[in-house]
Amino acid sequence: MLHRHPGLRLSLLLTPPILWLGVAYLAALGAMFMTSLWGQNDFTGKIERVWTLDNFHDLFTIGVYKTVTVRTLGIAVLVTIVDAVVAFPIALYMAKVASPRLQRLLVIAVLMPLWASYLVKTYAWRGLLSSNGLIAWIAQPFGLDTPGYGLTATIITLSYLWLPYMILPLFAGLERLPNSLLEASADLGASGARTLRTVVLPMVFPAFVAGSIFTFSLTLGDYIAVKLVGGTNQMLGNVVYDNVGAANNLPFASAVATIPVVLVLVYLSVVRRTGALENL
Amino acid sequence: MSLPRGLRLVLLACTIFALVVIYVPLGIVVLNSFNTSGSFAWPPTGFTLEWWHRALTSPGARDALWVSLRVASLSTLLSLVLGTMAAMALSRHRFFGRNTVSLLVILPIALPGIVTGIALQNAFKNLLGIDLGFLTLVVAHATFCIVTVFNNVQARLRRLGGNLEEASMDLGAGTFTTFRLITFPMLRSALLAGGLLSFALSFDEIIVTTFTAGSHEETLPLWILNNMFRAQQAPVVNVVAAAVIVLSIVPIWLAQRLAGTDEGVAAAR
Repeated sequence: MLHRHPGLRLSLLLTPPILWLGVAYLAALGAMFMTSLWGQNDFTGKIERVWTLDNFHDLFTIGVYKTVTVRTLGIAVLVTIVDAVVAFPIALYMAKVASPRLQRLLVIAVLMPLWASYLVKTYAWRGLLSSNGLIAWIAQPFGLDTPGYGLTATIITLSYLWLPYMILPLFAGLERLPNSLLEASADLGASGARTLRTVVLPMVFPAFVAGSIFTFSLTLGDYIAVKLVGGTNQMLGNVVYDNVGAANNLPFASAVATIPVVLVLVYLSVVRRTGALENL
Repeated sequence: MSLPRGLRLVLLACTIFALVVIYVPLGIVVLNSFNTSGSFAWPPTGFTLEWWHRALTSPGARDALWVSLRVASLSTLLSLVLGTMAAMALSRHRFFGRNTVSLLVILPIALPGIVTGIALQNAFKNLLGIDLGFLTLVVAHATFCIVTVFNNVQARLRRLGGNLEEASMDLGAGTFTTFRLITFPMLRSALLAGGLLSFALSFDEIIVTTFTAGSHEETLPLWILNNMFRAQQAPVVNVVAAAVIVLSIVPIWLAQRLAGTDEGVAAAR
């Protein structure tokens, strides 16, 4: 009976996932946004359902939050730059130099750590960066030392964590770049460096934007890496975490958590139009 | 080859360097789990199996492993059902809002974990009035695991097209018979790959877990986090971390072998 009624079949297939993701999950996100626009009674700690922009106002004006916001944005920018610089050569090698067999192996090699435990990867860097870890051991003969736990360590660790998110879109973008363009550039006398600068880079810029949003938004929401390797530094994620837990100020926590969401949503809607999601 | 030889060599060097940087930290955790020095000073001082023995007999770590395995199995089962349904709806039908549905499936993994975490915690505690516990943990994990199954199944369905299913229906098989005899056998390895990835994803997750687990449910990553700053537990924590690396790399590697290249890349998103 069902095959004669494609509409019925479709609604039977679609209803459970839509109820789960479209209704339950979206409602949970929506409730969180609403909470971010509510206030809290300073004495009882109870949420007051009165519309207000105070939480966002506090975030951008109160000194300590301003410092944390600026610091987090700075870290996010630096992590994105580090990832782009490290990811570009490997993505270019995978897309334009490696044989199909090697290419497949490299894709797997890059993908595997993406799925390995986030916590364990951070833990691994905590060990590497410690005062008697591998980095200190390598640096010692050169009269250098490990950066220790702090902002540098946080940037290194976050760059490491999000690197595959940058490599994959860059690889996809470079793979779409026709070889004939590179050949034409070489035939017209451009050196390798010049071909990269004037042909390749401008054409993979959208792919870089795609990767950067992941490195950016994931950094904005992170709190565990900075807790493990960041010393006493705090990021926006810690503000969210502390306000959900110890400080018990859910409206303010929701306001802080809204920032990466808005970024990701704007990005996804832009990317979806170009059809890039289908190609990833 | 259209790139000059010098440039290709530079790219190769960068690639090797990046791969070393990607894998050395993970390798060191595994290596240190056999290190006689409990403080992990580099280089290692000797080989021992004592930490592995201690980890295997640690009741906390064993309980946590059991919780993780149950949560990962149940959330994988849920995401297999929901992910396959969504993928079949999207690949075999054209309808209004189709792109929105694919966006919805990706959303829980595209948003930072802390956002999904507090949104779900708020929904469970304040909207539904459910106490956090095993059930809420499974629901939360299934939410972000659906995408792995969805991506694998959708890529497979797109590659195969709908001709065989149409032929089956033309020959008189109903929707369920066609699914049982035609669609499901074609999807089997894609389902296995998606399921393995989903299992690995759930097994490793820490942030959403922190916000949606009850006080009695300690998963393996939560156990690591709770014991990381205790000096005398350090060697055991390292063994558990090494075990998590091995336990998550194996299903991922299997999943990659099972899925085609295109599906392997698709599974990343």
